[in-house]
Amino acid sequence: MIRGGKPVLIAVVVYLVAVFTGFAAPPKTMSVQVREGQLRSTPSFLAEILSKPPYGDRVEIIQDKGPWKKVTSRGVQGWMHISALTTKNIVLRAGAANVQTSATGSEIALAGKGFNEEVEKQYKNLNRNLDYAWVDRMEKFQVSSDQMRAFLKQGTVTPAEGAVR
Amino acid sequence: MRKLPLACLSVYSLLLLSSCQTMESATSLATGIVQGAGVISASQADSLRKTAKAVSRSAEEFTPEQEYYIGRTVGAVVLGKYPAYDHRVVNEYVNVIGQILAQASDLPAIFGGYHFLVLDSDEINAFATPSGLIFVTRGLLRCCRNEDALAAVLAHEIGHIQLRHGMQAIEKARVTEALTTIAAEGAKTFGSQEVAALTQTFGGTISDITGALINKGYARSSEYGADQAAVTLLRRVGYDPNGLTEMLAVMTKNLKAGGLDFAKTHPAPQDRIAEIKKQGLAYAAVPAPAPRQKRFLRAFGNI
Repeated sequence: MIRGGKPVLIAVVVYLVAVFTGFAAPPKTMSVQVREGQLRSTPSFLAEILSKPPYGDRVEIIQDKGPWKKVTSRGVQGWMHISALTTKNIVLRAGAANVQTSATGSEIALAGKGFNEEVEKQYKNLNRNLDYAWVDRMEKFQVSSDQMRAFLKQGTVTPAEGAVR
Repeated sequence: MRKLPLACLSVYSLLLLSSCQTMESATSLATGIVQGAGVISASQADSLRKTAKAVSRSAEEFTPEQEYYIGRTVGAVVLGKYPAYDHRVVNEYVNVIGQILAQASDLPAIFGGYHFLVLDSDEINAFATPSGLIFVTRGLLRCCRNEDALAAVLAHEIGHIQLRHGMQAIEKARVTEALTTIAAEGAKTFGSQEVAALTQTFGGTISDITGALINKGYARSSEYGADQAAVTLLRRVGYDPNGLTEMLAVMTKNLKAGGLDFAKTHPAPQDRIAEIKKQGLAYAAVPAPAPRQKRFLRAFGNI
């Protein structure tokens, strides 16, 4: 019985290690967890942006490379940084799922749930000394990839070889 | 020896279990407070307690979307205390460098993106919200003698966001309270009572973060951690990490004892320089190539 138990024990340990450390097979699809994703031509922060998959969009994972994932988004192939993606399924209609589903389902995130525009509005009404006007203004500041590349070149700032992420 | 992995797993499982228990007891306390304040009814409080276990189990955290709303209001608090420096050339220059650093960081994608703004204040100060809004005062920018030094200031703030120091400043009981309220919210029609409860929790969350950001400062180890992240990021982009050392040397001269800025919330610049040296960065003067220095002076000449 002891002899027969050993392989089982090893199998259990291997399984638990895999589960706890997340060595399980990568999920085939992931969701965009930022308002506007960036699908790039190559796995680099300076690469051309091919498209901007919106919040909640599902993308198909093709390949992993460090912090980058090669994905297909709406028929277009490109690279997205892992920080833009989640394994959760994002439900865009808040309040659509019941409590138990949303509370126990680490697989689901409800968009617009919790701290949202309505809570901000309420808080703003109670705290008149806050300045959201400049927050709105600064959120509109945009810098394009072209601008970044030209700026680095003009200033002879050269990203470290192999370190471009 | 063979039993070691299993033993490790058991210890790990125990740790997980004990943290869940702590979370549940904290929830009972938190819902008690909200109920006591008359924001929610007894039946609602009961339903919150029921969902607490579920929340603990899933170890759910704030979604990036919620961090975005937390960050917007933290930004509004900062802008309520310090006026914006409405100078297009200066803000554009800071945003281009900041955006390059942010995109090269380990956390380039953030819900609403990174945005930078200069504050019209002589104080030596900077603030980073969990949502990617970064503020730097004119007083701090005057500590920069070249573009590499400015990049170091911005990289340090990005380091705080990447290491999640702002979100970690939220008290544990508050996180549980918030997640429990949020979990229960989906059940019923989104009524005014739920919004009131959420708004109260939201206010507490904002106070926790701004308390650390503006008044108390983060732990010394967090500041050293942000410096270390900055050095890594500067190297990756191609800026000289000694820009950080040079900026801190100027800061030593510019800081006024007893000030309510970095003098109060950060370790002394000399200590930060010593810590950076310990990480293996040998000091050499920043070369500041001519075209880079020219555009720096054009943007920052009158800062």
